[in-house]
Amino acid sequence: MSDLTKFTIAEAREKLKGGEFTASELTEAYLTAIDAANASFNAYVEVTHDHAREMAKASDEKLVKGEAGALEGIPLGIKDLYATRGVHTQACSHVLDRFLPHYESTVTANLWADGAVMLGKLNMDEFAMGSSNETSYYGPVLNPWKSRGSNAELVPGGSSGGSAASVAAHLCAGATATDTGGSIRQPAAFTGTVGIKPTYGRCSRWGIVAFASSLDQAGPIARDVRDAAIMLKSMASVDDRDTTSVDVPVPDYEAAIGKSVKGMKIGIPKEYRVDGMPEEIDALWKKGAEWFRDAGAELVDISLPHTKYALPAYYIVAPAEASSNLARYDGVRYGLRQEGSDIIDMYEKTRAAGFGAEVKRRVMIGTYVLSAGYYDAYYLRAQKVRTLIKRDFEQAFAAGVDAILTPATPSAAFGIADQAMAADPVKMYLNDVFTVTVNMAGLPGIAVPAGLDGQGLPLGLQLIGRPFDEETLFQTAHVIEQAAGRFEPDRWW
Amino acid sequence: MSVDIDTVKRVAHLARIAVSDEEAERMQDELNAILGFVEQLNEVDVAGVEPMTAVVETAMKKRADVVTEGDKAEDIVANAPISEDHFFLVPKVVE
Repeated sequence: MSDLTKFTIAEAREKLKGGEFTASELTEAYLTAIDAANASFNAYVEVTHDHAREMAKASDEKLVKGEAGALEGIPLGIKDLYATRGVHTQACSHVLDRFLPHYESTVTANLWADGAVMLGKLNMDEFAMGSSNETSYYGPVLNPWKSRGSNAELVPGGSSGGSAASVAAHLCAGATATDTGGSIRQPAAFTGTVGIKPTYGRCSRWGIVAFASSLDQAGPIARDVRDAAIMLKSMASVDDRDTTSVDVPVPDYEAAIGKSVKGMKIGIPKEYRVDGMPEEIDALWKKGAEWFRDAGAELVDISLPHTKYALPAYYIVAPAEASSNLARYDGVRYGLRQEGSDIIDMYEKTRAAGFGAEVKRRVMIGTYVLSAGYYDAYYLRAQKVRTLIKRDFEQAFAAGVDAILTPATPSAAFGIADQAMAADPVKMYLNDVFTVTVNMAGLPGIAVPAGLDGQGLPLGLQLIGRPFDEETLFQTAHVIEQAAGRFEPDRWW
Repeated sequence: MSVDIDTVKRVAHLARIAVSDEEAERMQDELNAILGFVEQLNEVDVAGVEPMTAVVETAMKKRADVVTEGDKAEDIVANAPISEDHFFLVPKVVE
């Protein structure tokens, strides 16, 4: 039989329904691919062979009975941040050693209810803090892409690096991911995959390990725009167990794909042209705009004046929320415990041993900016700046802009153990300069591959939409996909 | 604003993270780099601007005041490093 892992979710869905192959055969093909290649990529931290086979068998029974769900028999990878009952859930942190949840996150429960099959848990930056997947306790993930003529190992981006790499290398049909400052869209851009961070409140956060609660959102990484739409439809829901879940019905996102963009207004924000950005990213952005003009959309120059303040404001708000959320890892209720001379000593030793350097850095920053005497100068000011960032977008949308087109990242994928990034945390943070504004304003954003750079590495464009208008993002991202084509790495593994 | 080594140690204690002198020195440089980066927020005129409390303006959801689940003591202590009779065990805190 030909390699079943080559099919997109949409293709596999039809072939499963048509009986061309079974869900068990499809799952077996992915498990075989993972067993052969995961040692190269380190994308999965746990492969759930037996669990996957049982789920696939159940899907086959449903397919035979004609009771197939929207994702019946589709094998997915799940980011380690999602609680999965009885299965490895550690946010790729040492501090959560041996933690096995007795509950299932709402998003994964939605996927299983629609018939999806879990292949395993995917590597990520520890507690989703990172832009290269190098902060994981389980080690870095390798990007399936390599520069032309080079064997240098590249990062897949982060924090959802395992999700992006496994989708690009066909080690799953699609993957769940999460995005607090760019953790879906930046790795998608680095791996030639499609990633969407929906509007804050679209997917339930219940059962997803919390990093920065006012910014965290779940979303998919997939091979193409249609697959991302299919996955988001299943992942999104209204959930009473998350007070920030918004009571808006989930539309049929797939139906938006292929609709004409004629007459739509696409905003081009001048502030996204940053110093030191490679010429080819600027050129690709212009090309993207031309594709929209060719498709009958109107290009509008817009200004989002507070853009440059989004990243510094984020590095106050996110660590502040993280310092509070991560207080629960105390060696008492779950995970790692290092004994000490008294309870405070036990806490301090447990957290010193359990958290990696990046997590400690952010908890420290968060603790400092929330400490007595500094709250107004840092946190309160950052939340005011956040209001201004959101207002910039509101004004653009009020003026009739339907979607905003920007580059997804300021560079293509960089090397593992990059010296400059390791020496300066702020340089690593700048990876999220184009994506973080969207989290600060709670808006939906999609990254879609748009071309290759001079080294043959994928580059992405980002589209930003109105709150709860993910449909326009799928519609417009499809225009880029149609014009640019799809990009797959040359197989070296 | 920049932090000195004593502030780093005080913050580490508030955050309940044990740090060695060597780590504290490294952290001091890193924290000052980040605090230097966020300094640019002082350029923004925020007079009269309300701080954001929620990105999507909605009324806080309220659930009915009823018991929806319970009797899960076994589940709750299942992941504890040390527990006994459904209690979490900690080092002695009172003499």
